[in-house]
Amino acid sequence: MADEPLVLGIETSCDETGVGIVRGTTLLADAVASSVNDHARYGGVVPEIASRAHLEAMIPTIRRALDTAGVKATDLDGIAVTAGPGLAGALLVGVSAAKAYAWALDKPLYGVNHLASHICVDQLEHGRLPEPTMALLVSGGHSSLLLSTDITSDVRPLGATIDDAAGEAFDKVARVLGLGFPGGPVVDRMAREGDGSAIAFPRGLSSASDPAYDFSFSGLKTAVARWVEARRRAGEEVPVADVAASFQEAVTDVLTRKAVRACKDSGVDHLMIGGGVAANSRLREMAQQRCDKAGIQLRVPRPGLCTDNGAMVAALGSEMVWRGRSASAFDLSADSSMPVTEVHVPGAPDGHGDVHAHAHEALRS
Amino acid sequence: MLLLAFDTATPAVTAAVHDGAAVLAEAFQVDARRHGELLLPTVERVLREAGVDKHDLTGIAVGVGPGPYTGLRVGLVTAAALGDALGVPVHGVCTLDAIAHQARREGLTGPFTVATDARRKEVYWAAYDAEGRRTEGPSVDRPAELAPPERSIGAGALLYDLPAASGPEHVSAGALADFAATELAAGRQLLPNAPLYLRRPDAQVPAGYKAVLPT
Ligand SMILES: [Zn+2]
Repeated sequence: MADEPLVLGIETSCDETGVGIVRGTTLLADAVASSVNDHARYGGVVPEIASRAHLEAMIPTIRRALDTAGVKATDLDGIAVTAGPGLAGALLVGVSAAKAYAWALDKPLYGVNHLASHICVDQLEHGRLPEPTMALLVSGGHSSLLLSTDITSDVRPLGATIDDAAGEAFDKVARVLGLGFPGGPVVDRMAREGDGSAIAFPRGLSSASDPAYDFSFSGLKTAVARWVEARRRAGEEVPVADVAASFQEAVTDVLTRKAVRACKDSGVDHLMIGGGVAANSRLREMAQQRCDKAGIQLRVPRPGLCTDNGAMVAALGSEMVWRGRSASAFDLSADSSMPVTEVHVPGAPDGHGDVHAHAHEALRS
Repeated sequence: MLLLAFDTATPAVTAAVHDGAAVLAEAFQVDARRHGELLLPTVERVLREAGVDKHDLTGIAVGVGPGPYTGLRVGLVTAAALGDALGVPVHGVCTLDAIAHQARREGLTGPFTVATDARRKEVYWAAYDAEGRRTEGPSVDRPAELAPPERSIGAGALLYDLPAASGPEHVSAGALADFAATELAAGRQLLPNAPLYLRRPDAQVPAGYKAVLPT
C-alpha cells in the first residue's frame, strides 16, 4: 500500500460540485463548480436545481481536478465520495459518478461521511490530526461538537444544534436585513462596520441547567427579527451594521465558549474548527483569543477549505487507504441522514463481488 | 461493435451488452427506488454473463429519458463517467424510442403512442407512425390532453387506460441497445448524453419575509 496514497474525492452533498485530489496529506487539486447563484433568488438551496447542476458539472470538474493535479486517473490509489449526510438527489449524482470511475479504473471506492471529511481536511493545512481531536463543525447544514480518536473510524458527537444550524441563522438574519443569500459572507462584511456590543441578543442554551454542548440558534434568529421589526414599525432606521455585528457576536460567543469548555472537560488541548461558518472572520478571531487564554491550540483551515469541497473528501479517502480501511461495495447507497458516527461505509464482510474489500480485509488480518 | 447499454428513466434498472448483431446478455429488475444501488452491480453482471471485458467496449448507449429525475440522473452520470474513464463515446437514446422499438420487435404494428408514468397525474409520451418513426413528442401532459391514439404502449398507457393499452411497461436495455446499434450501423446520429427533463425544476420562491411579531 502506498505511503502517500493518491486519492480523488467527490463531494455533491449540497450546492457545490467539488472534486479534490490529495497525495497523503498534500493537496494537489481542489476544483469546485458552484450553483449558489442559481439558488440566490429562492433564498435557499433548491434541491432539484442543485442536482441538475451536479450532473452538468460532474465530469468537467473531475477533468479539471486531474489536469490541475497533473495526474492520470489510472495513477489513483482510490476514489472517495461523500455518501452522506446531505441532499439525497444531490448525493446520488456524486456517488454514482464515483462508483463508475472506481469500477472502470479498478480502484477501491470509499463512501465517506461529510462531517468527518470537514474535520479531516485540516490535515491538508496543518498535518496529521492529533489524537484525540476536538472539532467544532459549523455550517448551513450542521452545528456540532465532535470528539474523534481516529478520523477513519471513531467520531463521537458531544453536542449539536437542537434547532437551526449556525449558517442557517446567518441566512435568515441576512434575509431579515435585506442583505441577500447566502448570508454568511455578507453578514461578516457588514458586521465589520458595526458594534458587536450595541444590542444584547440572547445566547441560547447558556444557563447552568442547559446541556453543556448543545446549541440553539432559533431563539436568537427570532430575537433579531423582532428587534428589526420593532424599529421598522416605529419608523426608525435600522442600524444594519450594528445588528449584523451584535448577531454575529452572539453566535460566535456561544460557539467558542462551548467548544473551549468541551476541550477542558475532555482534557483535549487543541480544537479544530471546520464548516462554512468557520470562514467567518469574527469566529476565527474570537476562537483564537479564547483558545490562547485557555492554553488550547487552535487549528482552522483556510476559508477555502472550510466550505464544502472535494479536497476534504479526498483527504479522508487518503487516510482510509493509508490506514487500510475496507473499501465500499458497488451497491453503496447515498444516505441523506447518515449518522456522524458512521465515518465510512465498508462493504459487507463477504465482499460480495467487491475485490477491493477482500484485498483490504486480507491486509488487515 | 460492442455496446454496453443501460436505462434508469423508468422503474426498471436494466443493462445489456450488444455486439452489433444481437444482445449477448441482459438484466432487468423493477425497483423504482434503488437505481443508485443496483445499476453498477447490474452492469458488472451483464458484462460477466456476456463474457466481455469492459476495456473491449466500443461505446455506451444510455436512455436519456424522459423520466423521473433522480433515477434518470443515475444512468446519465454513470454513462458519462464510464465513457470518460474507459475512453469510449456515449450515445443518448430517447427512452420512449427504445420502448417503441421493443414493442415493434414484439410484433406490434401500426401507429401507436408510448406513454410512461410521469407522476403528478401526467405521462411522458411520444407518438410513432406505422414505420416506427417518432412523429410527435417527447412531451409531458395529462393523459386527457393527448389526442386519443389507436394503440398505446407503456406503464403510463396502462395506468391511465389509454386506448388499446398494452406492454411493454418499462424499457429493457436489450431493446435500447438494439435500437442504438441499428441507428449507428445506419450512420444516423443518436442524442447527446443530456437529460430530457421536459419540466422546469420545482422551485418555490419563498413568500416575502414573514413577520414574527403578532399583528
Ligand atoms: Zn458541509
